[in-house]
Amino acid sequence: MASASEADFRTRLQDWLPKLVLAPSVAVTLFFVYGFILFTVVLSFTSSKMLPSWDFVGFSNYVRLFSLPHWHVALKNIAIFATLYIVICTAIGLMLAIFLDQKIRGEGVLRPIYLYPMALSFIVTGTAWKWFLDPGIGLEHVMHQWGWESFSFTWIKSNSMAIYTIVIAAVWQSSGFVMAMFLAGLRGIDNEILKAAQIDGASNWQLYRRIVIPLLRPAFLSAFVILAHLAIKSYDLVIALTGGGPGRATEMPATFMYSYTFTRKEMGVGASSAVIMLMTIAAIMIPYLYSELKEKKE
Amino acid sequence: MRKMTKGMVSALALTFGLASMAAAEDVEVLHWWTAGGEAAALNVLKEDLAKQGIGWVDMPVAGGGGEAAMTALSARVTAGDPPTAVQMLGFDITDWAEQGVLGNLDAVAGPEGWDKVIPAALQAFSKHDGHWIAAPVNVHSTNWVWISKAALDKTGLGEPTNWDELIAVLDKMKENGITPLAHGGQPWQDATIFDSLVLAQGNDFYKAAFIDLDPEALGGEKMAAAFDQLIKLRSYVDDNFSGRDWNLASAMVINGEAGMQVMGDWAKGEFLKAGQKPGEGFICIRFPGTQGAVTFNADQFAMFKVKGEEKVKAQLAMASAIESPTFQSAFNVVKGSVPARTDVPDTDFDDCGKKGIKDLAEANTNGTLFGSMAHGYGAPAAVKNATYDVITAVFNGEYTDGASAATALKDAVAAAQ
Repeated sequence: MASASEADFRTRLQDWLPKLVLAPSVAVTLFFVYGFILFTVVLSFTSSKMLPSWDFVGFSNYVRLFSLPHWHVALKNIAIFATLYIVICTAIGLMLAIFLDQKIRGEGVLRPIYLYPMALSFIVTGTAWKWFLDPGIGLEHVMHQWGWESFSFTWIKSNSMAIYTIVIAAVWQSSGFVMAMFLAGLRGIDNEILKAAQIDGASNWQLYRRIVIPLLRPAFLSAFVILAHLAIKSYDLVIALTGGGPGRATEMPATFMYSYTFTRKEMGVGASSAVIMLMTIAAIMIPYLYSELKEKKE
Repeated sequence: MRKMTKGMVSALALTFGLASMAAAEDVEVLHWWTAGGEAAALNVLKEDLAKQGIGWVDMPVAGGGGEAAMTALSARVTAGDPPTAVQMLGFDITDWAEQGVLGNLDAVAGPEGWDKVIPAALQAFSKHDGHWIAAPVNVHSTNWVWISKAALDKTGLGEPTNWDELIAVLDKMKENGITPLAHGGQPWQDATIFDSLVLAQGNDFYKAAFIDLDPEALGGEKMAAAFDQLIKLRSYVDDNFSGRDWNLASAMVINGEAGMQVMGDWAKGEFLKAGQKPGEGFICIRFPGTQGAVTFNADQFAMFKVKGEEKVKAQLAMASAIESPTFQSAFNVVKGSVPARTDVPDTDFDDCGKKGIKDLAEANTNGTLFGSMAHGYGAPAAVKNATYDVITAVFNGEYTDGASAATALKDAVAAAQ
């Protein structure tokens, strides 16, 4: 009898233990992530200025948000940045992974070299590239010293080109990481399939085009999800690299949100911009995740 | 609404139950004076208080302009545990006062006669509803030009006193092969220059546009003229100006790479540190056309409501120490600014400091002492930043003529109000 009830208790404990252990983190996540998302949404409908207030004003913050030229600059910048960043990172990452996968010598040395930039924070990347791209001390200066007097590379000081310097720095930082994800994907592909295709007379190009890349679909998904959220929350890189300048030329939604909420004391407008950011990313991610995950189940 | 916020603040305070780390007789001070000279200046106050047996709990949050410090402050106040005193500028003080969280310094301000010695334009911020809530530490004025003596001598021209003379000097400096105007392309620096340009259009105009926010002045012809001048000045900076910090721009003047810098009097510290003397290495003049008026930016210590008699006593002692003439003199000699009270003797100050004190007193009596828009003493943060947006866009070449910029400024300010 005693042993039976003990066993009973054990199974019940086994049932409950995972839930018990997970409960605090679930509660904390619910409160600090979803609770605060809700809080932000509520704030975006209030007239909050310096501190939160509960004076509801409907959609007027959103109206004001979309009447601000500053916000349109931020939207344009994130569109340019996110598109180029995701596409270029994926392309370079895939290329590096395929080349590294050719059973070359020294892969063990090359792989960490490409991966290493990911170990730096965006602040370090931004500061290093700021100096590197600065015409007065960086690349242009060095080229002039080497005698190439006509060399000119002043993107970081130009209103229209500065946003592309952010793309350069971000791609440098992240493509190695994307490479690692694709490399893992490549290593997971069954060699038998490739051999069979080769026997059937598939060329190398066809092999990658028709078999390998389609099989890498899960890796594309992870790369897209990770790069997309890095792009939309890009704050530190912009602050370190250009400080949102020249002028306001490289302002992004994240820097916009921070400056309106905390330094301009228009918390309502800041909150509404955060909600728009969340909705934008949800609009892209949810259909994509839905279609990808649904197919897997079938 | 205010009641609601208060309720929330105290609810949060209960929830977190934060105990203050400071002992009863200590003052906890939130500030952003972390650079060498500034920290040294603050030490004077620390030692004054130590003599009275009042401890000092330092809470430095680095970052010039105090953006980070203000964010840290919001968190502290929302948690119901504000520091004793917080370094603050302009409308930030007013904003906090309206939340009803600031203390009352009348007990020392009355007997010590602050009303008589502190300029009225400053009192507008240090007092709320007729009560003293903050102790002003210094007055910076922003309409200064710092000129390299050597570069000016080389032009063969005298100190410029109006716009045309300024342009003549700048042109000559360009011919001499140096960058005429040292400048850092950050919104607040662009706005600092623009303050002076607007002030040069007339004292009444500055007041109408940047203090009263009169739409007609903001979008009018004089504003367009000021913007045209800003566009003109842009042609005198080097190609590499954007993003440069102000002290690096000062260094360019010190090294002789550049001719002059338009900057507040905190720039003087850089020249002094480099071993230059006013009148020998560099010259300080008011921005051409603004002699007689002063746009100011004053550091103040806003005093928060603290609980406990001992703490209030310590707070009042600190306020009193800040306004003592000896501290005002000692601090401001180090900091480069001028005393916040007009009765402090100028004996210890250098020539630029003496001129600053004289100009301030004069502007105070003539009613030409105005808050600087670029530094948060003209209008609240939302409006200030809206003007930054337009000014910095103009300086970066997004507007080709002053009239369209003036219209944009009028619209931006209207939208931010």
